[in-house]
Amino acid sequence: MSSASPTGANGPLQNQALGTFAKNTFGFAVSLALTLLGLVLVTFLIARVVPIDPVLVMVGDRASPEAYEQARRAMGLDQPVYRQFLDYLGRSVMTGRDVLSDTLRAFPATLELALAATLIGAVLGVPAGVLAAVRRGRASDHLVRIISLIGYSLPVFWLGMVALLVFYARLGWVEGPGRIGIAYQYSVPGRTGFVLLDALLAGEWAAARNAFSHLILPACILGYVSMAFIARMTRSLMIEQLSQEYVLAARAKGVPASTVIWRHAFGNVIVQVITVITLTFAYLLEGAVLTETVFAWPGIGLYITQALFSADLNAVVGGTIVIGISFVFLNRGADLLYRIFDPRIR
Amino acid sequence: MGLKSVLRMTTAVVMLSFASMAPSYADTPPDTLVMATSIDGVTSFDPAEVFEFVGGEISNNVYLRLLVRNEADFSEVIGGAAESWEISEDGLTYTFRMRDGLTFASGAPVTAQDAAFSLQRVVKLGKSPAFILTQFGWTPENVEQNVTAQDDRTLVLRISEAFAPTLVLNALSSGVGSMVEKAVALSHEKDGDLGYDWLRSNSAGAGAFVLRAWQPNEAIVLEANESFYLGKPKLNRVIYRHVPEATAQRLMLERGDVDMARSLGAEQIDSLASNSDVKVEIDEKATVLYIGLNEKKPELQNPKVQEAIRLLVDYDGIGGTMLRHQYRVHQSVLAKGGFAALEELPYKQDLEKAKALLAEAGYPDGFNLELDVFAGAPYRDIGEALQANFAQAGIKVSVVASDRRQVLTKYRARNHQAVLMVWSPDYGDPHSTMDFFLSNPDNSDAGTAKTAAWRNSWFDPELKELADKAIHESDTEKRKAIYADIQRSLQTDSPFVVMFQQTEPVAMRSNVENWVSGPAFDTYVFRGITK
Repeated sequence: MSSASPTGANGPLQNQALGTFAKNTFGFAVSLALTLLGLVLVTFLIARVVPIDPVLVMVGDRASPEAYEQARRAMGLDQPVYRQFLDYLGRSVMTGRDVLSDTLRAFPATLELALAATLIGAVLGVPAGVLAAVRRGRASDHLVRIISLIGYSLPVFWLGMVALLVFYARLGWVEGPGRIGIAYQYSVPGRTGFVLLDALLAGEWAAARNAFSHLILPACILGYVSMAFIARMTRSLMIEQLSQEYVLAARAKGVPASTVIWRHAFGNVIVQVITVITLTFAYLLEGAVLTETVFAWPGIGLYITQALFSADLNAVVGGTIVIGISFVFLNRGADLLYRIFDPRIR
Repeated sequence: MGLKSVLRMTTAVVMLSFASMAPSYADTPPDTLVMATSIDGVTSFDPAEVFEFVGGEISNNVYLRLLVRNEADFSEVIGGAAESWEISEDGLTYTFRMRDGLTFASGAPVTAQDAAFSLQRVVKLGKSPAFILTQFGWTPENVEQNVTAQDDRTLVLRISEAFAPTLVLNALSSGVGSMVEKAVALSHEKDGDLGYDWLRSNSAGAGAFVLRAWQPNEAIVLEANESFYLGKPKLNRVIYRHVPEATAQRLMLERGDVDMARSLGAEQIDSLASNSDVKVEIDEKATVLYIGLNEKKPELQNPKVQEAIRLLVDYDGIGGTMLRHQYRVHQSVLAKGGFAALEELPYKQDLEKAKALLAEAGYPDGFNLELDVFAGAPYRDIGEALQANFAQAGIKVSVVASDRRQVLTKYRARNHQAVLMVWSPDYGDPHSTMDFFLSNPDNSDAGTAKTAAWRNSWFDPELKELADKAIHESDTEKRKAIYADIQRSLQTDSPFVVMFQQTEPVAMRSNVENWVSGPAFDTYVFRGITK
């Protein structure tokens, strides 16, 4: 997939720039199309080898031979494999609805959680990583490293359970599983699919507070896990920069420590840090199944897992495509950020 | 910006986010029952198709059936949409008188035309539960002649053979006997589907509730039908919240965020004992747990081996602690509490006798056996307990735990050796169970009737004949006696080792009253619940 690609936008002529833009867009479209085609093919093949009969999921275990055959035909499973492949995008077997509308409902839930978690992870992880690098070998470094170690070695499922037990059941600081309290569930009009945003847009402050209170715990759990990764990566990137001669020179010149750390050293690793954050975000989009299960969060991870267990090919593919598309766009987004932060690839 | 100020700011943001949160007021709305359970099995709410747990219980509350089960004694069938009925001398014609003044949730009257349409629809759509009606000789081609509305209040059914009246009435009290509003179903018809596509996620019934919303993997909302003929339900809403994790369910119940937790394991139930805000009710269900021994494996064909296996199971040990609250010892295919169920418990663990039988059968050192089980609790644990039991006589069991649907797929293709499986009747008549365990018209691999008998490569023509006699026996006591004989024979000479009967623990807030679950997957009644 795409990575930082030189734009060649150094020509004085406007049409040259336009040409480059067209070329870039075309390249992006091709990379998107190839990615999706590959994804669809691989998912289709994987779903084919799952040892679960999708017809059974639909008709139940006790169906008569006639009912079974009828459902098999309706699902197109009597067709040759290539026809099944062409036909299979469409309706979910489980829910009987368009896969598109199903995924559009599930995806915002995941996105909401992943955004909040990444925000928490980045806001805590980057300064922690920098701090650990600057104070390498001292107490604060050890502290950051221990906290990170715990973060990426503890199973997130267990962490979620314990957090629910402590902050929800015992202390009552936050709301429990689900996205919003039952009292608000049907009073907030769903415009964007982001419950918190919808509540704010509708001016329903109590609902927004409730949604926030539901979101914060799973977001903190995933945020902690992301923080662990981001802090560790930032630390090692920074340590490398801080040992460079230009840092020594800047310090010798009497440049204030904060300028040396943030402008000189951090300025040189920011592109890599962005990559790390993007990776974390991408991981949260597809890897939050366990958290979604513990917190009864109706996201895309739960949807795809459920679909896999039902051998619901269409739903699996739909969900995978949504995640695939977001990966491509995330990459694209990271590329754009690189250009903003790194003058060399402007 | 210095490092310290960044850290300070970060800390401030985190503190602020926590501070801004309200202390949670954990309480469900007073007019709403909120249940935490797993709703991922739901695929449809069309009563012509519903055949799974959550769908079944909702269907019973959203649709009024032609006949219903008496909530005081679930083995008795009483009038639902029909208030009375007559059976002709020859036992071939049933005439139902529809209840006067009965209306659908929409306000339209429930007529005999609606009733005829509903039954015809089940047969024409031919979904999984259709066999409950097609066994009466109805086909998509002839059902319009055999199921007719004589006038607005008279429904006439003609069946092909003189079946036992209890069988026919029991069948009509199951989900396929649901009254669907004809005009509504047809107004949503697409490509001749009789409204199926629409009714998968909407309702058009005369039950105590109306299906208001179904968000897969999230929630199901039922709303009270104010015009229900037995009076408006006590609560205005029943909400299912999809909470797949049992521990999360328990915490939500303890916090009061839900009124009921429906799928707690034994440990969770135990841990609730000290909480006075919560109580547990244990309902007896019609589900039995059995081992199916596939006679394709030569060792398992031998009756002595089958008998030895029955004697190796530590019924009391497994049923006592491991399965507490969830199953209790029961050794017949018909579950206790239903018509004709046999409550005798002839088997206890007897290692010496089992070893002797195995030696007589030519397997003094046992043999290897693969046992398929569902991966979840408590099935995997039972599998391991059985493994230990069988090992005592040299039978080396490897327990294969897989996803439920994967096990079913394998069992249905009879690719298992032994399987730990559950059975619950499709409708409240012994024939539902007997047909599944005895019927096997073609025992070759090409056989299409995927009954338990076929799946375990077994057929006993004499027992099948007895079962056929029972479904034509109009004398209820005689019918019961035939079923007792069949059950005794199945207990001692069949590839089925029935060990336990399910009990369903339901944890609820202590203010919830009048929970009625009934024996089957579709006998729950919500309209009387208060909190």
